Amino acid sequence: MKTYDIVIIGGGPAGLAAAVSARKSGIESILIVERDKELGGILNQCIHNGFGLHTFKEELTGPEYAARFIEQVKELDIEYKLNTMVMDISHEKVVTIMNRTDGMVEIQAKAVILAMGCRERSRGALNIPGYRPAGIFSAGTAQRLVNMEGYLPGRKVVILGSGDIGLIMARRMTFEGAKVQVVAELMPFSGGLKRNIVQCLDDYDIPLKLSHTVVDIRGKQRVEGVTIAEVDNHGKPIPGTEEDYDCDTLLLSCGLIPENELSNGMGVDMNRVTSGPNVNESLETSIDGVFACGNVLHVHDLVDFVSEEATTAGKNAAKYVKDGEGRAEGGRDIVLNPIEGVRYTVPGTINVDRMDDNLTVRFRVGGVYKNVYVSAYFDDERVIHKKRPVVAPGEMEDIKLTKAKLQEYPDLKTITIKIEEA
Amino acid sequence: MFDVMIIGAGVSGSAVARELSRYKVNACVLEKEEDVCCGTSKANSAIVHAGYDAAEGSLMAKLNVQGNLMMEQLSKDLDFAFKKNGSLVICRAEEDMPNLQALYERGLKNGVKELKILNTAEVKEMEPNITDEVVAALYAPTAGIVCPFNLNIALAENANTNGVEFKFNTEVLDIKKIDGGWKIVTNQGDYETRYVVNAAGVYADKFHNMVSDEKITITPRRGDYCLLDKNAGGHVAKTIFALPGKFGKGILVAPTVHGNLIVGPTAIDIDEKEGTNTTAEGLNEVISKAEQNVKDLPMRSVITSFAGLRAHESHHEFIIGEVEGAKGFIDCAGIESPGLTSSPAIGVMVAGILKEKMGLEEDPTFNGIRKGILDPDTLTKEERDALIKENPAYGNIICRCEMVTEGEILDAIKRPLGARSLDGVKRRTRAGMGRCQSGFCSPRTMEILARECNMSMEEITKSGGDSKIVVGTNKDSI
Repeated sequence: MKTYDIVIIGGGPAGLAAAVSARKSGIESILIVERDKELGGILNQCIHNGFGLHTFKEELTGPEYAARFIEQVKELDIEYKLNTMVMDISHEKVVTIMNRTDGMVEIQAKAVILAMGCRERSRGALNIPGYRPAGIFSAGTAQRLVNMEGYLPGRKVVILGSGDIGLIMARRMTFEGAKVQVVAELMPFSGGLKRNIVQCLDDYDIPLKLSHTVVDIRGKQRVEGVTIAEVDNHGKPIPGTEEDYDCDTLLLSCGLIPENELSNGMGVDMNRVTSGPNVNESLETSIDGVFACGNVLHVHDLVDFVSEEATTAGKNAAKYVKDGEGRAEGGRDIVLNPIEGVRYTVPGTINVDRMDDNLTVRFRVGGVYKNVYVSAYFDDERVIHKKRPVVAPGEMEDIKLTKAKLQEYPDLKTITIKIEEA
Repeated sequence: MFDVMIIGAGVSGSAVARELSRYKVNACVLEKEEDVCCGTSKANSAIVHAGYDAAEGSLMAKLNVQGNLMMEQLSKDLDFAFKKNGSLVICRAEEDMPNLQALYERGLKNGVKELKILNTAEVKEMEPNITDEVVAALYAPTAGIVCPFNLNIALAENANTNGVEFKFNTEVLDIKKIDGGWKIVTNQGDYETRYVVNAAGVYADKFHNMVSDEKITITPRRGDYCLLDKNAGGHVAKTIFALPGKFGKGILVAPTVHGNLIVGPTAIDIDEKEGTNTTAEGLNEVISKAEQNVKDLPMRSVITSFAGLRAHESHHEFIIGEVEGAKGFIDCAGIESPGLTSSPAIGVMVAGILKEKMGLEEDPTFNGIRKGILDPDTLTKEERDALIKENPAYGNIICRCEMVTEGEILDAIKRPLGARSLDGVKRRTRAGMGRCQSGFCSPRTMEILARECNMSMEEITKSGGDSKIVVGTNKDSI
């Protein structure tokens, strides 16, 4: 059986950055496995700009951002396989891959980095009543048809969900000659970035109806119209608020789900809030030597943070391989406890002995809060108290911890992170 | 002139066609949709019923039990998925026990084997996720689950291989009596035939009433369903029915042959024969009633919901036979549950009627064996590796949720009565039937269909007709 030090599952932004980082940390034997025909993942269909402001201090398109990493992968001579599906990963890190030329091949990895990304929530999972005609697309599928293949999915469009892809597609469909009539959002706030609402809806006079959902889909063969209604505080449609829209297309941008079938198959511990693996400070899952980063771990809004996270995962995977049997075991684990408005944290635990000098803890909040503090309590002592004019579910938050600081608290068991009123 | 024209390529029409293809006969199936299995046959519970439900002495009871007995061998001959998983009818109230007992006794009279009434402990041991309120249950080991699509498709394919013609996108508009037979007026022209089989599902009354003064009424009875992800498929192993009684009719919970969990149906009589739209009320009823018999159902794992229409005849009985005063017109009407189970027996019965009337001779070239689309998941890694070396298309995954390869999709397109639409590919291979509901694979499947069928991307449909997926190219209206 062929062996690699590190096998990276997925050649999107997470996998690419993890590979570059692992190579720069001194690992020669790396394989990236990518199921599509090119590296870059979903960035290849994100032809709008706005990528890389944090990483490269300039505005790039998705393909340009991906290219920066693909160039590095090629310069560093990192091996990758395209058009290749990972069929299975065993608990012992035997990766079974399949493609047209190699057939079914088993590979033994010393470390695995999970970087499979996410998928979109479908109409079925949303349980929207009505007919099931053609013309209902997840926003990402429509984006692929338009941006990669040049086909127009429809001419009169209603969008349900104000996730970033839906917002971007509202603008894109308008550019391509379609009329986007309305974006309906179930929640009383948008799940997308503020800048996308301004640049993709407001600038094109596309109304955003918060606390609204689709309650009926008409048309037996192709969508002929949808009905939108206002919802109450529990998300239930309010009778009498129905409005009919004639349209031939319904786009859905109602959330992303980390694609963890392989992780589940190998027995990785999962987090119910993120639908991604539970990870420690090294972004290592419950299985030793199996790391996770990017949207498979938790859904990000900015690719810059994916790259940053993946760089950490790559470095830690490299360290795991290099330390081998001599890896430091034991030490104390500090548990991160997200409460009061904070839905989850990545990582979920911190081993102070193993952690880097600096650690970014990322999290999302459950609602829109204005003029609040993001606070971190080291057991009962409030150590971080960061003022934020506004925090929202659509924008990932973080706090920075340092090893030096944590070492000042030798008995620390729990770091509680919460939102506090000003 | 055809010898026999069958109206409808659902499971009944296809079963009749396949049984008829045993004989030397010039037969043709007319289907208004673009494919087989587009009506009631594609949207139902996919259950092979044991046979204790239907009234004693009814045709429904007889064909149900016969169909049940035939299904396993048929699944081997025609290579479609079938599993004898058994069923439980759950009784949750002591006062309903007489109903359970009555069901048991009816089953015995209908000739259902191995029926047994289980007590609470026996039920809980068999199915730990059954409600704690269970008092007793009727256990029917002979009940099963089947792939409704491939049962229908396999019957049709095998009929076609044995010489039965299929005309799709052909809607029957009128039926007229002519000398020695019937003239069938369709949107594609007129045909003449000696015999007609009316297997038109919810439209069977329309055609019956064209030739008979004894009118029948088929009411579309809508059933809403939710389908759950494969991660919920193991929640129960047997098909769990509610005992009709104190709590109303109830909702069934069953694993599917593909490892999903199906929950439903409602029963709502409607006027519209194409009214396959789900409603909020219907879906809410499914969700709220599902937990009556099965606890901790992971309803957040729903991957899709859909509605099917039962072809409900007012007397709740199959109407099979030559229509009085309409010589040569054979009804196969009112085929509602247990119609899917009964279909193999319906096929034999109708073909038998035709054989008798027409004096048909057996066709020695008939081959009743059909090989289905190869599912590489059933192979060992070594076999699969060898398959890819021989045909690289089997190494290319198109649907990542259901792990369907290009090889399977090509087979679905190229075989007899091959797929021409996304839904056609889906029903044959499961591509697009998984948890992302075709978000990932649909553009890729479209490319394969376009390439193999010499169609443009703009011509590709979801399910024929006007169900086009894309409407043009970027900026074509600017």
